[in-house]
Amino acid sequence: MRTGDRLRGNTDLPVLLPAAEQLRANAARERSIGAPILRLRAWHGLLILAIILLWSGVVLAQDITVERESVLDALLRWSPVLLTGFAFNILISFFAMGLGTVTGTILGIMQVSLLPPIRGTSWFITQFFRNAPWLVLLFYVMFLMPFEFEVFGVIIPFPDWIKGVIGLALPVMANISEIVRGAILSIPTGQWEAARSLAFSRRQILAQIILPQCIKRMLPSWMNLYAILTMATVLTSVVGVAEVMTLTQRALSAENRPEFLVPFYGSVMLLFFIYCYPIARFTQKLELRYAVKD
Amino acid sequence: MEVLLEAVYEWFRWLNQETGINLTIVHDSYDRGRMIKGFINTIWLSVICLFFSVIIGIVGAWLQRSPLKWTRRIVQGYIQLFRNTPPLVQMYFFFFALGSMMPRFENEWGIMEPMLTNWHWAIISLSFFAGAFNVEIFRSGLEAVPKSTVEAAESLGLNRLQIYLFVTLPLAFRICLPALNNNLVNLVKTTTLAYAIAVPEMLYAANQIWSDSFNVPEMMTFLLLAYVGLVGMLVWVMNRWERAMRLPGFGT
Repeated sequence: MRTGDRLRGNTDLPVLLPAAEQLRANAARERSIGAPILRLRAWHGLLILAIILLWSGVVLAQDITVERESVLDALLRWSPVLLTGFAFNILISFFAMGLGTVTGTILGIMQVSLLPPIRGTSWFITQFFRNAPWLVLLFYVMFLMPFEFEVFGVIIPFPDWIKGVIGLALPVMANISEIVRGAILSIPTGQWEAARSLAFSRRQILAQIILPQCIKRMLPSWMNLYAILTMATVLTSVVGVAEVMTLTQRALSAENRPEFLVPFYGSVMLLFFIYCYPIARFTQKLELRYAVKD
Repeated sequence: MEVLLEAVYEWFRWLNQETGINLTIVHDSYDRGRMIKGFINTIWLSVICLFFSVIIGIVGAWLQRSPLKWTRRIVQGYIQLFRNTPPLVQMYFFFFALGSMMPRFENEWGIMEPMLTNWHWAIISLSFFAGAFNVEIFRSGLEAVPKSTVEAAESLGLNRLQIYLFVTLPLAFRICLPALNNNLVNLVKTTTLAYAIAVPEMLYAANQIWSDSFNVPEMMTFLLLAYVGLVGMLVWVMNRWERAMRLPGFGT
C-alpha cells in the first residue's frame, strides 16, 4: 500500500501524479541494476544513419575534385574487417554475460543466506564490484593475470580476450547479484510460509518455488544489463583486444585520410545501435507484459 | 607534522626494501604529486561534467515541452543518440573525428595547437552523455508535478519560463533527486574513459607511475580501492541528502 494511492483516491488536493511513483520505481530499479535503463524507438536508427550519410556526403563533396576512392567505397571495402571485429565484440559479450550470470546468481543467493558471515561477505563483494569503474576492473584483470597457466606440465595459453571476458564479467556478476537479491526479496513472504507449512526444506523452497518465479521478474533487468555490457565491450580496445574499435583505428591509420574519421567512427556507433535496438525494444515489451501489479 | 610525514615516508621505503611492496605514490614526492594531481583532476572533471550535464538536462527538459514539434524531435533525437551508443565510441568520435575538423591556432611558442584540447573534448562528450540521461530524468520529474499547481501559478500571472524556473523545476528537482544521483555516480565511473584520450585523471596518472616504477600490482590495487572508496562515499552522502530533500507525503 503506497501513500500516493490512498491520497489519489479520496482527496482533490493537488498531489503528486503517478509519474512520480513511476520515476521512483525506475530509480530504485536502476540502482539495483547499477546502470540506466535503455529506451529506443525505430526511427532513432534511421536518424543515426541519416547523420552518417550526411557527413559522408559533406566529405564527398569536399573530395569531388580529386580522383580518389570515395568514403562509401572505402567503408564497403573495410566492412568485412569491421563486421568480424563487431562479431568478436558480441562473442565477448556472450561469454562475459554467461560467466557473470552464473557467478552472480550464486552470489545473489548467498546474499539472502541465513548465515551472517556468508551474507556479509557476499554483500561486500557485490558492493565492491558495483562501485568500481568497469575500465579499472578491466585493467586490473588484464595486468594482474598471467598470460598462460601451467597445469600438470601442460601450458594453457590465456589470451587477452579471455582476460577481457573475465574483467567484464566481474561488474556483471555484481549487478546480477543485486538483481537476484532484489527479485528474491520481491517474492511475498507468504510464499515462503506456505511452502514451509508443506514441509519443504529451505533449499527446496529456493530451488523449486522462489527462483522459478524470480526468472520472470529478472528478465527485463537482465536484458538491460546485457545491452549495457555489449556497449562496454568497446572498453577492451583500450587494453588491446582486437575488437571493432581497435580494427577501426587500424583501418583509419592504414588509410591515413582525415575525411574518413567521421564516417568510420559513425559506422561503429551505428553497428552498436543496430544491435542494441531490438534488445531494448524486446525488453520494453517484456516489462509491459510482466509488469508486477501491487 | 613534517617529522611525522617524513617518518611515514621512511616506513614505506622500509616496506619496499623488506617486502617489495613499492608504493611510490607515498614515499616518492614526484609520484605523490602526480597521483594527487590525478585525483584532483578526476574530481574536477566530474564536477564540471556534472554542472554542464545538469544545465543540459534543465534546458533539454524545457525544450522538450516546447509547443514546436521539431524542437521536441531534435531533443528526442539527441537523447536517443547519446543513450544508445557506447560512451567510449562517442568520446573517440568527438576527439578524433570532430576534433580533426576544428581550426588550429598558433600558440606563443609558434606551435600549431587545436582550438579544443583533449580536456575540452572529454568535458564535452561526458557532459552530453550524462546530459542525455538528465533530460529524461528531469522530464519525468516535471510530469510528476500536479497540473493544478501550474494552473495556480498561471492564475498568479507568471509566464511559462517563470513557472518553469520558480514552480515546476524546484518541485521536480526534489522528486527526481534519486534518479539524478544514480546518474551522477555513473558519471564519476565514466570519467575513467577520459584515459583513452590522454586526459591526466587518476587512471592515467596511475598508468604513468607504473610505467616508470614497474609497480603495477600495487598501483592497480590502490586505484581500485581509491575508486571504490570515492564512489562509496559519494553514494553514502547522496543517500543522506536524498533523505533530507525528500518531499513529505510522497513515497515510502
